Amino acid sequence: MKKNWFYKKDTIKKFRIFSLAVLGLVVLTESFTVLHPHFVIERIFGFYAIFGFLSCVGLIIFAKFLGFLIKRKDDYYDV
Amino acid sequence: MMCSIFHPGLLLIISGLLIPFFQGSKRTLFILIIPCISLFNIWNMPFTDDCSFQYLGYELILINLDSLSRLFITVFMITVFTAGFFCCKQATSTELSAAYVYAGSATSVVLAGDLISLFIFWELMALASTLLIWSSKNEKSYKAGMRYISIHLLGGVILMCGIAGYAYETHSISFTYIQLNSLSAWLILCGFLLNAGAPPLTAWLADAYPEASYSGMVFLSAFTTKTAVYVLLRGFPGTDLLVYIGLFMIFYGIIYALLENDMRRILAYSIINQVGFMVCGIGIGTDMALNGTAAHAFTHIIYKALLLMSAGSVLYMTGKRKCTELGGLVQSMPITALCGIIGALAISSFPLTSGFISKSMITQASSDEQLLWIWLLLQAASAGVFLHAGIKFPWFVFFQKDSGLRPTDPPINMQISMVFFAVICILIGVFPGILYAMLPYSVDYEPYTASHTITQLQLLLFSGLAFFVMLPLMKRTLTISLDFDWFYRRLAPLLTTVVFNYFCKGQKIINKIMFTLQSSLSFSNRLNYRLSVGKCVGFIMLFFSILLFYFVVL
Repeated sequence: MKKNWFYKKDTIKKFRIFSLAVLGLVVLTESFTVLHPHFVIERIFGFYAIFGFLSCVGLIIFAKFLGFLIKRKDDYYDV
Repeated sequence: MMCSIFHPGLLLIISGLLIPFFQGSKRTLFILIIPCISLFNIWNMPFTDDCSFQYLGYELILINLDSLSRLFITVFMITVFTAGFFCCKQATSTELSAAYVYAGSATSVVLAGDLISLFIFWELMALASTLLIWSSKNEKSYKAGMRYISIHLLGGVILMCGIAGYAYETHSISFTYIQLNSLSAWLILCGFLLNAGAPPLTAWLADAYPEASYSGMVFLSAFTTKTAVYVLLRGFPGTDLLVYIGLFMIFYGIIYALLENDMRRILAYSIINQVGFMVCGIGIGTDMALNGTAAHAFTHIIYKALLLMSAGSVLYMTGKRKCTELGGLVQSMPITALCGIIGALAISSFPLTSGFISKSMITQASSDEQLLWIWLLLQAASAGVFLHAGIKFPWFVFFQKDSGLRPTDPPINMQISMVFFAVICILIGVFPGILYAMLPYSVDYEPYTASHTITQLQLLLFSGLAFFVMLPLMKRTLTISLDFDWFYRRLAPLLTTVVFNYFCKGQKIINKIMFTLQSSLSFSNRLNYRLSVGKCVGFIMLFFSILLFYFVVL
């Protein structure tokens, strides 16, 4: 089967560089924009980026640990 | 009964019952024209009470229209129209029939001006939605439907008790703001919350909805939870408890969706997550929050239906639902993938999509009220939505490893429906004024400030980064996650068996005792006449003798 454009190594590499550039750009733009913080905590530079990243990592790890407790084989109720 | 105009909900219910009499293109025309008539009616009705009549000494008001109910009915009709078109060629008449009766009763609940008519349509909605689940006609959906209806009938009983008590206490059945100062008000709240998918009975949604057919779930996602949001908006705005219930639902939805392998279950959990945002907004209760809730319900119904149509198309074309079996479908299903991605971006409230202009009103309301912790949790949840629905769904279905499956895009009517909803998602996102003009309170909110756009992009893109960084931890497994339904699917049957066996053993011993008693005390002639009668008499005698013993001794 011919490898699709999406799955070529070259594309994936380009996509990675592009994404990292966008991430950097979004954080840098913050210094040119006037923010309207409602809370003190929002004044930290790149607060949303840090907070978004950390809360997601936290959620995934929490889900992983909860998974050890509550995950069952998917025919659990069928047998 | 006097109605100045035909009741839009009843119109849908009646036409739903008529669907089986039409075939082919006539059926398609019929199911498409009915929601259009209802929509037209709703926009040409004055904001007054209509269709009222006396029943058991109470005045029932079937139509109580205001801007809030009009908003909900508008989105209901758009969804019925599009979801109807989505499956107009493929679905059976039974399924369409159930779907239309279901949509009609949901519309009637939204229009109801009193608690009795609300309750009647509420129950009709439960019945019709069960039929819709059953219409996929397999053993699994039958069982899931039974569990679904049991939970909803339980909710109905709780609601009925509440309404009866409320009518007795206040001598009024009109459905307005309900103060939480009596047991009956609490019961009404519980009945409403059960339909919203609130804890502890949250599991019914992700248990039953994915067992419906590929198209049935599109209908299911739109009505039950959203009518619950509507009645909570009407009856209990500003109830603090709802903030915490909402937050629980938000995080419950994210965590369970992260653990889930079935693509439609991921979307079912994300319904609970999204309804959590709305319940939270109702709890905050300011004009901004309530506006945000109403707007979010509107946009949510559309992008969730879009996501489910996309997932439904994949299911229809491949027959597969599990992320472990899917992947790489973007190569052969580009339109389905594109529409799915637009839905996923909208649910994550990406700028220029509908979610961005609605969900942010709820978070804005929390920051206006200076509720720091609630605001932080809502922001974390917004990031989490992108994680569990925004990336996870499209990534595992359309990208990731190549599963080798090469299905084409679905039939043209399905494609058009998806594209239509994708366009609406972007249209509302680009021109939020269209939606804001329909909201119940006047809107003074500008979503597209540079500050808001940049911060939202930061939040979302970095949660996207977290997804790919943590991808090894997200590897899909062939598993399900235990939930509250374990209590009624596993524990209850187990206990019943144990208790039953125990009684059987006990009965054998009692039988022996009875037999010796019967033969030795020689009143066997009477008791042996029918063994079961004798046993009963024996039990009763035993019971009385124990009672007698207690009374005499103590």
